[in-house]
Amino acid sequence: MATLTTPISEATIRALKVGDEVHITGTLYTGRDAVHKYLHEGGQLPPEVKLDGGILYHCGPVMLKQDDGTWKCTAAGPTTSIREEPYQAQVIGDFGLRGVIGKGGMGEKTLAGCKEHGCVYLHAIGGAAQVLAECVTRVKGVYLLEEFGSPEAIWELEVVNFPAVVTMDSHGNSLHREVLAASQAELAKRL
Amino acid sequence: MSALLESLIELIRRTSAELPDDVNAALVRSLEQEKKGTIAESALKIIERNIELAKRKSQPLCQDTGSVIFYVECPLGLDQITFEETAREAVKQATKRGYLRQNSVDSVTGKNDGTNTGPGAPVVHFHQHRSAETHVRLILKGGGCENVGAQYSLPAEKLHANRDLDGCRKVILDAVLQAQGKGCGPGILGVCIGGDRATGYEFSKQQFLRKLGDRNPDATLDALEQDILKTANELGIGPMGFGGKTTLLGVKICAANRVPASFFVSVSYMCWAYRRQGLTLNSDSSIAGWLY
Repeated sequence: MATLTTPISEATIRALKVGDEVHITGTLYTGRDAVHKYLHEGGQLPPEVKLDGGILYHCGPVMLKQDDGTWKCTAAGPTTSIREEPYQAQVIGDFGLRGVIGKGGMGEKTLAGCKEHGCVYLHAIGGAAQVLAECVTRVKGVYLLEEFGSPEAIWELEVVNFPAVVTMDSHGNSLHREVLAASQAELAKRL
Repeated sequence: MSALLESLIELIRRTSAELPDDVNAALVRSLEQEKKGTIAESALKIIERNIELAKRKSQPLCQDTGSVIFYVECPLGLDQITFEETAREAVKQATKRGYLRQNSVDSVTGKNDGTNTGPGAPVVHFHQHRSAETHVRLILKGGGCENVGAQYSLPAEKLHANRDLDGCRKVILDAVLQAQGKGCGPGILGVCIGGDRATGYEFSKQQFLRKLGDRNPDATLDALEQDILKTANELGIGPMGFGGKTTLLGVKICAANRVPASFFVSVSYMCWAYRRQGLTLNSDSSIAGWLY
């Protein structure tokens, strides 16, 4: 199994193909509905958020503030990615993302964006909030918390061996497109 | 703290952190059936590990703690106002303890006040019965699977679905196809044939209170449930939509009368993280026993 360590080079990403299981080690930034809309509308990222060569995670974690002021991540599974389809390709291109983690897959526009800019879509296991929270070794920071609320804020997470599957690669292949077509054909035989 | 408040907080904790036995058993069976070395098998192994970890650490199975829906069966004379106020307080307390994510957003202002309470949150359904016992059931319905629910109005021309059982079958299977892996499969379908737009969805969700292994007492609906389950699992959508043998773990269907002008089929989808639990209360509101 390949290990991806952030920041990630374009060559590393181009070597990945649909169906590859990977482990991710390094920094992830969470970003979901509010963040994508904000960036799409020209919103500025705080200077601490360094997406270039990095990975954006579609996730709204459960965070508990500790007595010493630090945060503890107690649940951190992926949210459904397709809602970001209108924005994702632009965000990949504008900020130099090499990976997007989420669940459920994304559409043709994002697939084209991955091909053009050298990015992959990494499918985490939906609902596996505890297994994935165990991979978070430290919460390094939080941004836009006041504006967007906890689930929608940008959380900077240090992760070790975070498991995911490449379901959309940078060569125009999508497992989601394949499974949809195959299941459609199977259903047609049974109606 | 009142005994009722304590019992309801414990109901929320257990619902959020522990998968019911019937669902766990179905997932174990599906893991045995998946082809070894596939990403479908990997996904189910991670799911199994997640179930064990959440239970051991008493933390949410899934970070999307979802919509909080109580179903209360109560004797005549139960003070529903106090019960509902206590349920709201239990949700607030459970959120503070991290059993629930701060998950409730004001739809107009976009603000999340972090309490998980507000208009329609939580939802409490009361149903009186002629027994002295009070049963409280709770479903935490995640947003990802809620988003792939669908309501069809028959006839549905594009799907060649007419106003008959075969038409119902076609639209229910279409809902499975459209959902693919987006609802965190392997999933469970709750379906209502008939009703109006509101009751159709409401009754479809109530089907999630049934145990996975039960059989529908209506022979026609039972046959339809078995047929949809078998057919859906032949489509190859698989866990998380990765391809594979298990697309659904169960199908539960009910019917409600409709008016001649309308024929709705309402499909609710529940993710594998099927958080449903229930308890019976003693007369002092302490917990007498668990329902699942």
